[in-house]
Amino acid sequence: MSPISRGFRGRRREDAPGRVPPGQYVTRDFPVLSAGPTPHTALGDWTFSIDGGSSPKRWTWQEFQALPTETVTVDIHCVTRWSKLDTVWTGVSLDVLLEGVEHDAAYALAVSDGGYTTNLPVADLTGGQAWVAFNYDGSPLRPEHGGPARLLVPHLYFWKSAKWVRGLRLRDHDEPGFWENYGYNIYGDPWREQRYAGD
Amino acid sequence: MAGTAVRGRLTWETATVASVADETARVRTISLSVPDWAGHRAGQHIDVRLTAEDGYQAEREYSIASAPGEPVSITVERLEDGEVSPYLTEELRVGDELELRGPVGGYFVWDVADGGPLLLLAGGSGVVPLRAILRHRERVGSTVPVRLLYSSRSLADVIYRSELDQPSEGVTVIHTLTRQQPPGWTGYARRVDQQMIAEVAWPAADGPLAYACGPTSFVEGVASDLVAFGYPPRRIRTERFGATGQ
Repeated sequence: MSPISRGFRGRRREDAPGRVPPGQYVTRDFPVLSAGPTPHTALGDWTFSIDGGSSPKRWTWQEFQALPTETVTVDIHCVTRWSKLDTVWTGVSLDVLLEGVEHDAAYALAVSDGGYTTNLPVADLTGGQAWVAFNYDGSPLRPEHGGPARLLVPHLYFWKSAKWVRGLRLRDHDEPGFWENYGYNIYGDPWREQRYAGD
Repeated sequence: MAGTAVRGRLTWETATVASVADETARVRTISLSVPDWAGHRAGQHIDVRLTAEDGYQAEREYSIASAPGEPVSITVERLEDGEVSPYLTEELRVGDELELRGPVGGYFVWDVADGGPLLLLAGGSGVVPLRAILRHRERVGSTVPVRLLYSSRSLADVIYRSELDQPSEGVTVIHTLTRQQPPGWTGYARRVDQQMIAEVAWPAADGPLAYACGPTSFVEGVASDLVAFGYPPRRIRTERFGATGQ
C-alpha cells in the first residue's frame, strides 16, 4: 500500500485511455537518451548485416534502400517514462530482412555503431513487429535519434529499438546487451512495466 | 562490460522528507530518510513515485545529488508545465512521505577506481549527478584532478553555488553564463563551443574521462566537440534530459 503524498493531485491522463502503459506519461517532444557521443557514419560506409544464419547477409545503404519499405504509425515507450503516440516511421521490415536467412536461432543481439548492443527474442522481431527505420515523420532520421537507421520494436521499451543499428547477430541463447548488463530488464515489456532486472 | 549495478529486484520503499533547501528560485534539494537504503554510487539515479488520495500515481526519475554514504538527496528543477516537479519544489514539506526505488544506472557513474583526470560538463540542472561525483571524490580523499565546466543562464541560476565557490583541492570550477552576466563578470558568457572546450578540457593525451549531463542540445554539442578534440567516444559518458515539459 503506497503512502499518500500529501497535497499531490497530479494530472489525470484523459488523452489516450488504454494506450499509455503503467507509469508512463505522454510527451509531444522527442527526448534523446544515449550513453555516449552520437556516432556519424557516412552512408557510403554504412552496411547492415545479419550473422549467425546458414550464411551471412549484408546490404549496403543503396541495396538497403532498394528493399521494399513500409510506413508505420506506432506508439513508443521509453523506460525513462515518456511515451509518444502516433509516431510515423519508414523502414524495412525484419520479416523482409530475415527472409531467406536459414537459422534456428531463438535470440538476436542488435549491434550498433559506438558499441551499443541490445538483446531480443527473434519472435519479437518477426511477424510485422519490427523494422530497421531510416525515416521519421517523413524526413531522414536525424543522428541524435539514431540515424541513419535504427531498429524499431515499438512493443518493447524503446532502448530495445537500438539507435545507429548496423546488424543482428542470431544466436541460440539470450545474451544481455548494453543496458541489460547495467540492470535493465532482459525483455522490457512496457505493459508489464519490466524496467529493471527482476521486474 | 562492467557488472550489474542493480542487486536483485528493486522494490518501492517509503522515504520521509528530512529537509528541503532552495538552491535557486526554481531549484530545490530534498533530503530523504530511507530506512533500508542499500547505498548508491556517484552518478546513479532513483525512481520517485507520488500517490494522490484517490490512488492516482505518477513516477519520475531523478539523479541522486548526494555522495555514496550520505543520505539520499535529489535536486529538482521546477518545470512550469510539469506534473511532478512543481509538487516537489513547492508543496513538499519536511515529514511528508513519498516512494522511491533504486539506485538505478551503472554507466554514468564514477568510482575511485575509474581514476581520471576528470572533465565534468554540466548544463543547467545537469550538474546534479556531477555534484555527487565531486562530493564522493572529496569524501574518499581522492586526489584525481577535476575540471568542471558549468553552463548556466545567469549567476542566479547556478545550483550549489556556495559549495562550488569553495572547491576542494585539485578541483577547478569554470562557469559560463549564457544569458545574463553580473557587472564586472570576467568569465565565459556564451554557450559551450569548441573553442571553450579547447581552453578548458584536459588534453586527450592525459587520458581523461569525461562526464556530460544536461539538456540534449548541450550534451550533443559538448560530446561532439570532445570527439573533435580527440577524446575517444568510449571515454565520454553522457546523460541527457529532453525538454519534455515534465
